[in-house]
Amino acid sequence: MVTLSENTLQEIEKAASKYVDRKSALMAALWAAQAEFGQLSPDVIEAVAEVIGVSNAKAQGLATYHSLYWKKSVGKYVVMLCTNIACTLMGAETLLEHLEKKLGIHEGETTPDGMFTLQEVECIGSCGNAPAMVINETFYYDLTAEKIDGILGSLK
Amino acid sequence: MEKILLKNADVPNINDIDVYIANGGYKSLDKAFQMGSTAVLEEVKRSGLRGRGGAWFPAGMKWQFCVEVNKFPKYLIANADEGEPATFKDRPFLEKDPHQLIEGMIVSAYAIGASKGYIYLRGEYPQGYKVLNAAIDQAYKKNMLGNNIKGTDFSFDLAVHRGAGAYICGEASALIESLEGKRGQFRVRPPYMATHGAFGMPTVVNNVETLVNVSHIINGGADWWSSIGSKDSPGPKVFGISGHLQRPGLYELPMGVTLRELIYEHGGGIKDGKELKAVIPGGVSTAMLTPEHLDIKMDVKSLQSAGSAIGSGATTVMSEDACVVHMVWRAMAFFYHESCGRCTPCREGTDWMVKILARIENGEGRTEDLKILEDVCHTIHNNCFCPLGEGAVNPVLSGLKYFRQDFEEHIRTRGCPKGLRARARH
Repeated sequence: MVTLSENTLQEIEKAASKYVDRKSALMAALWAAQAEFGQLSPDVIEAVAEVIGVSNAKAQGLATYHSLYWKKSVGKYVVMLCTNIACTLMGAETLLEHLEKKLGIHEGETTPDGMFTLQEVECIGSCGNAPAMVINETFYYDLTAEKIDGILGSLK
Repeated sequence: MEKILLKNADVPNINDIDVYIANGGYKSLDKAFQMGSTAVLEEVKRSGLRGRGGAWFPAGMKWQFCVEVNKFPKYLIANADEGEPATFKDRPFLEKDPHQLIEGMIVSAYAIGASKGYIYLRGEYPQGYKVLNAAIDQAYKKNMLGNNIKGTDFSFDLAVHRGAGAYICGEASALIESLEGKRGQFRVRPPYMATHGAFGMPTVVNNVETLVNVSHIINGGADWWSSIGSKDSPGPKVFGISGHLQRPGLYELPMGVTLRELIYEHGGGIKDGKELKAVIPGGVSTAMLTPEHLDIKMDVKSLQSAGSAIGSGATTVMSEDACVVHMVWRAMAFFYHESCGRCTPCREGTDWMVKILARIENGEGRTEDLKILEDVCHTIHNNCFCPLGEGAVNPVLSGLKYFRQDFEEHIRTRGCPKGLRARARH
């Protein structure tokens, strides 16, 4: 089993103090662990479960329920392209194909150099500026293939 | 119309509490404390404020149920899990103007008698997480939050709970499960949340925009507030319009604006001068409508009479370029992905329907498929505990009702006339 860093543990305790029952901090703890390890592998989730005081099954069940917890390793940049209806109407599917070609991977995969993971995601609340994507925590709006090329080119 | 909810949209640094106060912020607290909690509750009831997350339940009545329960502490939760596809109306209050939400929550909590509050924020808004936490810290420092707020005997603690990508957590009881660290799945009611909500205590869950409106009701009075909008569903509303429009975006308008005004006046009409084909008035879970429905008012009763719903007021427009079959397939792919799996009709039904819709779109549709789709829809309807499955049915049934010939053409000509394909999804 892995050991969570002091920093992560502190963050978990800070989160736990916000609730009458520390089990409520399980989501925050998973976020903190993901920030430290870049992904939530089964052993990381187990470590979180122990700190929070819930069964491993409960923590694994929660982690696998949510799409923003990465259960397998992801690249340095996670490219999340929205293909829900507003973005699809504005051409997101063509952009998904463009991204797959440009990165040489299929949706859901990571480039061999570990730089980019490509993910198709559900609505990211950017429908007025569709199509849109998020890379890590930055939103990009009114996308075109050329714009995407420029954005990817700027990420080192 | 003069902006009320979005009045701060262009004020620089409005996320800073001093800037917010300088622009008239937190005034409603003084007034509320002067009125007393019962009078605040009565004022909100009198205003006719209805929940703007999609269910449109009278907010004052929801509060009243909770007030009547003699069990403490009580919880107030802002539902900021804005996940209904095509909805982006709450984002300004989560990322730019957070104090408007916090102010609304304090006044609401005062009326309800809640001493604990959470903002359940969707995981997809990381910026909002930072902004809200910073704003809450500032509000604590100014004693707008915490013990004995502004010298009164009212205390209220507030924190942000961050979700991690699950549409169903926007359903109030699933949201509470998720707040308690469990998988976000609905709770069977009764018991109701007014008596047994978060941590077994009386709880009110209100949408962000609903709470934002409360300060304005208190500041301007229920009479002024309810003079805006329609009688059936009064007040101002942030409409998010998207899709094939010249000017998609957020528009604050009175309830009761017509679809035509929304699309042609505010949205600038259909993109590139094309013809309107279909419009989804209130988010993907609401039944789509046609150009014949353009004069319908965006309020609860009018859209209900038209066989649809106002939902979150997220209006998505499809021009003649759109393939309705493709859009229904994509909507179903969403519902299949987001079904929590607890009710069999929803879990299996969305799976079945997404497969059928994909094969119709990809030229492998069978004549009997449309009948199967309808059967599955009727099996889901009224047989699931939460609204997700009910929502999944609407795009299919409304698609078949208004655009059946499009589905039939796909089956007859073995493919999509627009050359689109349904991709395999993970």
